[in-house]
Amino acid sequence: MSAPATHFNEDARRVAPDTRHRGIIQTAMGKYEVVRDQRKLWFQDWQGARNLAARTKFESVNHLDKHLAEFTRNIEARGTKVHWASNAEQARNIILGILSDKQAKVIVKSKAMTSEEIHLNDAMEHAGYEVVESDLGEYIVQLRKEPPYHLVFPAMHLTRGEIKDLFQEKLNDAPSDDPEALTMVARRALRKKYLQADVGITGANFAIAETGMISITENEGNARLTAAVPKTMITLVGIEKILPRLEDLALFLPMLAVMGTGQALTCYNTMYGGPRQLGEADGPEEYHVVLLDNHRTTLLADAEQRDALGCIRCGACLNVCPIFRNVGGHTYGTVYGGPIGSVITPHLRGLQQWKHLSYASSLCGACTETCPVKIDLHHHLLQNRRNASALPTGKPSFFQKLAFKFFAPIANKPALWSLTTKLSRIGMKLRGLVNGSVVDPVQAWTKTRDLPPIAKQSFREWWKEHGK
Amino acid sequence: MSEREIIFARIREGLSIKAHAHYGDGLPTTEEHRGVMPPVGASIEEQLALFAKNASDLKATFKLVKDASELTAELRALRDTEKWQRVATHKSPLAQTHSAALGLATLVADDGYDKHDMEQCDVGISECDALIAQTGTVLVTSRSAGGRALSCLPPHHIVIARREQLVADLPSAFALVKRTYGVSYPSMISFITGPSRTGDIERILVLGAHGPKKLTIFCL
Repeated sequence: MSAPATHFNEDARRVAPDTRHRGIIQTAMGKYEVVRDQRKLWFQDWQGARNLAARTKFESVNHLDKHLAEFTRNIEARGTKVHWASNAEQARNIILGILSDKQAKVIVKSKAMTSEEIHLNDAMEHAGYEVVESDLGEYIVQLRKEPPYHLVFPAMHLTRGEIKDLFQEKLNDAPSDDPEALTMVARRALRKKYLQADVGITGANFAIAETGMISITENEGNARLTAAVPKTMITLVGIEKILPRLEDLALFLPMLAVMGTGQALTCYNTMYGGPRQLGEADGPEEYHVVLLDNHRTTLLADAEQRDALGCIRCGACLNVCPIFRNVGGHTYGTVYGGPIGSVITPHLRGLQQWKHLSYASSLCGACTETCPVKIDLHHHLLQNRRNASALPTGKPSFFQKLAFKFFAPIANKPALWSLTTKLSRIGMKLRGLVNGSVVDPVQAWTKTRDLPPIAKQSFREWWKEHGK
Repeated sequence: MSEREIIFARIREGLSIKAHAHYGDGLPTTEEHRGVMPPVGASIEEQLALFAKNASDLKATFKLVKDASELTAELRALRDTEKWQRVATHKSPLAQTHSAALGLATLVADDGYDKHDMEQCDVGISECDALIAQTGTVLVTSRSAGGRALSCLPPHHIVIARREQLVADLPSAFALVKRTYGVSYPSMISFITGPSRTGDIERILVLGAHGPKKLTIFCL
């Protein structure tokens, strides 16, 4: 078993029976589900909107070269410096190079999953820079030295009490556990940082080819400030974030808000196309856009799963996933958790190490059904299982082979099947004597699951009695 | 080869195998967008009412004012209740004149400003490009609303709009941006939908996370 798989198993075993964790997640998701469903009804035709979104993303991803070239040409024309990074190390070095050029000391960041992906904060802190996350949830998990729990709600696993204690310990400022008071603590602390910061770093939700702009979706205004106050601005964005036209945002901005947080539109949706232009009051003197591949082209080369590059990181598939809700966001051990993370991580980081994620699914298909851009998530999980079994290490074990050697003839012969069923009914009764103890033959299964009794009558038996 | 060329080569190689378009291909038209998106009434009155309702749901304040003198009176009343000391604005026919009428220390963003001074302002008063009925959104740009910081650094953002700036929906707003700025886009275009907010602590709504705690929209 790979190290990430061992980690997954250990964490899942610890988190799944934790009723306190479950309570926190169910409360948060319960609130989300209500508003999300109201907002879907607000659309005239939500399913139609999903089709249009899927079509738009198909066009973007399948003509990525053309759109990226157009994006670059247009954003460079406004004085933006565009950088290209094939992998995480190149991206980190580009950004560290800019920081050192600018003789920066304090860096303020708005939420960017791409920066988690390349472990940018560690690299910047290691190089001696003071780095502050400005999104409230990200700020909280940064103070806890933890990765974000969820794509959209980084601190959803914490209670107000835990956040109060954290602020008291780290900032010595926590008047009460009231969410408003706690938010104001962060507001005060971060205002100072905005004014000190030399460089602001953001991610991006979309990159518009036609006009050469990136688009950032947020609620707090922290990305607005990150892009307004420091003298240098850097945006780190995956090459797949392209949308062809400005008007495509008319569809994508509300769809992202509905699925992400259950809002009609998030508070700030802002397009940036360059540094401060002639005649503008303020804005950064320099603007850098770093375009990141980091194995996105590996996923692109898989025509079967290419649609996964259309993901808008709304987190909706995480929210509906029974596995995510039980094992929690940190168990995945990946930047991108939940169903979409389980699909793309084997492509981004290697199938051998991450194939176990394809099994972190009940294949119920709730993810596919909710996805606003109609990524065929649960089938991709199946395809990853198929691909994993074709690996040299993917061969079935001796016990798996043995099990199927017995199972196949039984399942193929009706008489044998019927006999086995009858014997199993007796076996189930006898099992009552050893239930749950070490000699219980199905103990490995019942440790975390129920074993439902075998029906008193099989369908075949019922048909004999009533069928004719 | 440059890194850019290497990445482009990988993209083209990857795309040499065609994927199947399950949901059709080609980009949707604006009419197709409108056909699925949330409904907006046809008449100006309906759209104005929808904007007002959306603004109130978002906890923004929206007021129709009949003329400049009523607007001045409203602003003075706010000045007195909120005890403003300093106001930030930008060079513009509506925002600048009405800010001047408050008789307070005024920072005009276009003249160049110190970020600490802007942060000390109690209110930022700006104009806008459009009000969007469908979502209760105010559309501003770095050119129309005094740069980037004016509409997000002070704790109260006041927008002065004209009634004819109301547009029905998001597709109209993007069309307007293209019409107005197509030749040369401003460096920032922002769709502001209510005052700054967060739900990061137990999914409980708190206003004024980092941006303005209050958003007031006056429509002449």
